[in-house]
Amino acid sequence: MTEPVRSGYARPVPSLDVDRILADPNVRIVVCCGSGGVGKTTTAAALALRAAERHGRRTVVLTIDPARRLAQSLGLTELDNTPRQVKEIDAGEAGGELHAMMLDMKRTFDEVVLTHTDPVRAAEIFANPFYQAMSSTFSGTQEYMAMEKLGQLHARGEWDLIVVDTPPSRSALDFLDAPARLARFLDGRMLRLLLAPARAGGRSMFTLVTASFNVFTKVVQKIIGAQLLTDLSGFVAALDSMFGGFRQRAEQTYRILQARETAFLLVAAPEPDAVREAAFFARRLSEERMPLAGLVLNRVHHTAVDLSAERTLAAAAELDELGGHEATAEALRVHAALAQQTAREQSVAAVFTDAFPGVPTVEVTAQPADIHDVDGLRTVGDALSRR
Amino acid sequence: MPGSEQDPRAAWPARLHVVTGKGGTGKTSVAAALALGLAAGGRRTLLVEVEGRQGIAELFETEPLPYEERRIATAAGGGEVRALAVDAELALLEYLDLFYKLGAAGRALRKVGAIDFATTIAPGMRDVLLTGKVKEATTRTAEGRRVYHAVVLDAPPTGRIGRFLNVTAETARLAKMGPIKTQSEGVAALLRSPMTSVHVVTLLEEMPVQETVDAINELTALGIPIGKLIVNATRPPLLADARVTQAELRRGLAAAGLPTERGVVAGLHAEAKAHQTRRALEESLRLDLAELGRPMVELPLLPEGVDRASLDKLTAALLTPQ
Repeated sequence: MTEPVRSGYARPVPSLDVDRILADPNVRIVVCCGSGGVGKTTTAAALALRAAERHGRRTVVLTIDPARRLAQSLGLTELDNTPRQVKEIDAGEAGGELHAMMLDMKRTFDEVVLTHTDPVRAAEIFANPFYQAMSSTFSGTQEYMAMEKLGQLHARGEWDLIVVDTPPSRSALDFLDAPARLARFLDGRMLRLLLAPARAGGRSMFTLVTASFNVFTKVVQKIIGAQLLTDLSGFVAALDSMFGGFRQRAEQTYRILQARETAFLLVAAPEPDAVREAAFFARRLSEERMPLAGLVLNRVHHTAVDLSAERTLAAAAELDELGGHEATAEALRVHAALAQQTAREQSVAAVFTDAFPGVPTVEVTAQPADIHDVDGLRTVGDALSRR
Repeated sequence: MPGSEQDPRAAWPARLHVVTGKGGTGKTSVAAALALGLAAGGRRTLLVEVEGRQGIAELFETEPLPYEERRIATAAGGGEVRALAVDAELALLEYLDLFYKLGAAGRALRKVGAIDFATTIAPGMRDVLLTGKVKEATTRTAEGRRVYHAVVLDAPPTGRIGRFLNVTAETARLAKMGPIKTQSEGVAALLRSPMTSVHVVTLLEEMPVQETVDAINELTALGIPIGKLIVNATRPPLLADARVTQAELRRGLAAAGLPTERGVVAGLHAEAKAHQTRRALEESLRLDLAELGRPMVELPLLPEGVDRASLDKLTAALLTPQ
């Protein structure tokens, strides 16, 4: 892990030893996070496969929104919210298992409601249009439910290792923020305001804001109509019984994420947006005292030919003049483009590695084609562990 | 000249251009390049973002954008691009102020968290507010003339675009009547009219192409007009049909005065092979896209990355008839 790696970085970057993490029996959760389109799902699936095949661990991978063909290769043909064993793996004598599941956000939310309230209340909640809107479209619901599912899988204690892919959010930070936001919301001042008249005594500590609250009620009635307000207070009253439970669970999951059994892996591609998001996330993890294990830099290009782009392009132009060497000239231009891309990627990646010189990093070379079978995932796993 | 047959902007007739694409395909750069192109020749365009990412500010290397239309760039021939980052909460306050003259009471609502509450509990409402603001800018007039020749929206990614644009369906569930319903119907009418065009940005990679196909099908089913497929970051067609041998490379390297040792020859050979594998895959993806039967525009890969200077190259490519 301290072995310095090569490459064009300004200073040596410690290299990330993925196998050490996957083999460590004290590591029970690996969270892959990063912005959209950087290969998070593939990375999560490849790590889980490797943990099962190489390290004999009973592993479950929780995917959020996998590409169709990748899902199929894991036997995930339907979104049924239950881990299914992936049979096509080669665990050999290590004796590991791989299970995979796709998150069903709505169903997970329903389960949470059922856990925290009686069946009659639950039925009322399910029928409320606000619940329906919120459980399927609230922008933080997917993140919250991913956390919830992680908490459930962890609580069952059936797994040696849980690998989590995080939702394709607007921002990678949503995964950390949404649960708190939802808990704050469900526990919030507005909800208590709406409930206040219904509560015993009527008078509350909210007298100070009651004036603006009355404006609020009026405006809401004006804008969205009285029926809506009835639905809303029905929803709020029904949820009231669950506040404590919601917040407690969010806090529990947060604590698990801060524990030593968890390893966060940032996933990025050498693109400015992805690297910037990774840097935000790294800063945030450190503020939250959550354990950052390293950075996986996907889709990196390399060249083994030590010829600069300028020199190669000049040579190609020379061959054009000479004539008769069309194929070589084009091959040189292919190399020049690769050399330029490599240089650019190194300078983009340096934005992260300069800011976080201590974060172990592994680069995964860009594959010529996409991954959609177990063999492909195995290859990615090898690349991740630099074997 | 605007309106003349030579005008390259004739290929982009809509007034509201919605630019979507899978994350990482470069939709913000494409949206910015389009806003610059449509502003050329003394016009004015508005570039809008709605996801709070401050992607426009990053691209133009400015301070984070406020909820306010600001000039962000000048275009060729005296045009102007303004930019706006729409914030749902502020849009709601603006809306309340406009229709209910709330003033200070609106600010008080914000203080107690009412606005956050309203946009959280009814997520569809957030999208109505965001698209509502876009509609307002698109149709705004001053002294009988449109304020913006075109509005370009850096929209949510393909995975969310259908839900984002299908505003009436989302709000109909909650608001059966009242101004919210009227507002969302107005937005829906604009989004389904020929004034709107949704462009999908993709790369020649499997997942972005798959998401493009899915998004086109979804938008078609919703009756939302689809514009162009914009294929970003394409590479020049090198080594199209050539079979490259190591012997040939060695001769060529020698002729160009480059080293001919085995490592260089084998390395270049391997790179050429990998390039051809990638190219074959790209060709088949290009065919998948062509099957969608939409006009396609290809933009070059910019090896130096995208900044204000290189945006002009994308603009030129967008406006070049293909």
